[in-house]
Amino acid sequence: MHNTIIFIYFVFQSTLYMDSKKYLDDISEIKNMMSKSSRFMSLSGLSGILAGVYALIGAYLAHNIIYAINSEPNKLKQFFITFNKLDYLLIIALSVMCLALITGTILTYFKAKKSGEKMWDVSSKRLLLNFALPLVVGGLFCLVLIQYEYIKIVAPATLIFYGLACVNASKYTLGGVRYLGITIIGIGFIATQFVGYGLYFWALGFGVCHIVYGSLMYFKHDRN
Amino acid sequence: MSIINNINKAFDHRIRLGIMSILMVNDYADFNMLKELLGATDGNIASHTKALEKVEYIKIEKQFIGRKPNTKYLATKLGKIEFKKHIDALEKLIGK
Repeated sequence: MHNTIIFIYFVFQSTLYMDSKKYLDDISEIKNMMSKSSRFMSLSGLSGILAGVYALIGAYLAHNIIYAINSEPNKLKQFFITFNKLDYLLIIALSVMCLALITGTILTYFKAKKSGEKMWDVSSKRLLLNFALPLVVGGLFCLVLIQYEYIKIVAPATLIFYGLACVNASKYTLGGVRYLGITIIGIGFIATQFVGYGLYFWALGFGVCHIVYGSLMYFKHDRN
Repeated sequence: MSIINNINKAFDHRIRLGIMSILMVNDYADFNMLKELLGATDGNIASHTKALEKVEYIKIEKQFIGRKPNTKYLATKLGKIEFKKHIDALEKLIGK
């Protein structure tokens, strides 16, 4: 008699346990599907860190070139050096951008592969589209600024539009991107009050911010 | 007892649970998106979406993109309310 009661108790307990295990699985499946279907989670934090490093190296090289130009006492010579070195500055800017994009794509590909996800799916397309829209608009707007020779505002404008692109994209990927965006918008606004120091704000925004937030995202999401 | 009542039998399957989760956070999803995300077969997705449509938790919209048929799935208001209740019940049951 006593044994039967113990047995019934045991069966009751284990079904209860089984049930709660099933409920727990259900909840985690719901959470998983909600985030997987609306956010692209495979974005690599490491690629953010590397993008920041490239930006800092680029800023350092650009700084050296600009310094050489400014330290030339002869005005006529200075003009011709500027003309010569303009190509270098453009090449530096373009290589930083391409390197960052290529590394980002490769690292994200490997992260997606590791977690058994596709890199090119609905969520990554949506992420890219929402990131690109403010960025392309900002890029065109900066070209207009250059057209009317408002050169001073170009650096702050690039930071602000890049920040807006990050905030916009953050709804479709890791939440941390939102704070990266807000910080860069802030730096962009501060930069409007310190024109002529654009390069330093670029280094701070595109370099340091990417490294800081990239590391945070790396430690939060990548390291497992 | 009331908690158990809120556990909805219509959601008592991994695929159906997944379909509802996806439709809760997206305005709509098409057939291939559901298939890709849930890793299920065509027949599997079709039968589970039909089951959910029958109880009016989701809506199915068929249309053509060019010549290709395209099926869109949307969660109904009722479906969203019922799924929310289901999640709340699950959370209570695991003692959260």
